[in-house]
Amino acid sequence: MLNAMTLLLLFQLAGEAIVLFFGLPVPGPAIGMALLFASLAWRGSVPVALRETAQNLLQHLSLLFVPAGVGVMLHFQRMADEWLPIIVALIASTFITIAVTAGVLRALTRHDQTHADTEPQP
Amino acid sequence: MNPRISEIWVYLAASPLLGLTLTLLAYQGALLVSKRCHGHPLANPVLIAVTALVALLWLTGTPYRTYFDGAQFVHFLLGPATVALAIPLYAQFKRLVLMAAPLLAALLAGSLTAAFSAVLIGHLLGASDATLLSLAPKSVTTPIAMGIAERIGGLPSLTAVLVILTGILGAVGARSLYRLLKIDDHAVRGFAIGVASHGIGTAQAFQISEQAGAFAALAMGLNGLVTALLLPWLLPPLMRWLS
Repeated sequence: MLNAMTLLLLFQLAGEAIVLFFGLPVPGPAIGMALLFASLAWRGSVPVALRETAQNLLQHLSLLFVPAGVGVMLHFQRMADEWLPIIVALIASTFITIAVTAGVLRALTRHDQTHADTEPQP
Repeated sequence: MNPRISEIWVYLAASPLLGLTLTLLAYQGALLVSKRCHGHPLANPVLIAVTALVALLWLTGTPYRTYFDGAQFVHFLLGPATVALAIPLYAQFKRLVLMAAPLLAALLAGSLTAAFSAVLIGHLLGASDATLLSLAPKSVTTPIAMGIAERIGGLPSLTAVLVILTGILGAVGARSLYRLLKIDDHAVRGFAIGVASHGIGTAQAFQISEQAGAFAALAMGLNGLVTALLLPWLLPPLMRWLS
């Protein structure tokens, strides 16, 4: 657990360092994720402790959004002034995005249905 | 309020312990409510916990900064949690390779639709530039979205709120939308909600099935990466064209 947490923080730190060093427009944790993914692909398996820690952390992913969500109270004024564009943009854009993504994926995977059928189930 | 109690409150509210404890309590209470409602999308744990906390802070006149001094310890974990997304992502590695082309196409389509549709609709309805720039990364998981907002000139804390609202909207509406569009494949359902509604959508997708959840986690991770790479390049020309 402790090792795994240290490892996650190390990858995040490496990500942040790379972003600063190269002046990338990408946030550090995203680079950390890509680095960890590459390491796992290179290693060929996930260490058990890392898998368990990640599971624990991701199981309560929703909890981690709460503090930022409470920040809504800082923006009551802006929300009051611009509630219509904000709400309509959020609702419409979210549903359009789900429909477009699902539509493209369904259209393309139906096309190679034969591939999908021979694919081993995990 | 009895003067004694209010003195104790003032003392406790000034220490990080209270904000942290309240966050965990509110979330656990919200989980209980959500379970009571059999995981109904409207009984979203984040929505319930945030509403309860905002009401409490507002009633006690506690500023957000004071609360966040404690809650930042939970907030900080978003960084390592983002890194940890590499693990479910890797678990789907074989499927990912097999379905690479369709997934990539759907990812690009979804990622660009999410950002540009929000900015265009917001612009048509008269939102300010700061709001538009904060809206653009709304489908990406919070730590990445806040980073992007900072890069492109939005307000990171407003982005955080819009991200969470987007997550809740997707989680609440996806089931009906899929029924309407007759989309049954769990991989497709999971992937689309992960692209549009990041972590909160992913939590909802895990309630559909394990497979839907894995594809949602995959989509969330990939969309974070793709949006972080593309948006800082593609958004400025769009904003120039709109103004």
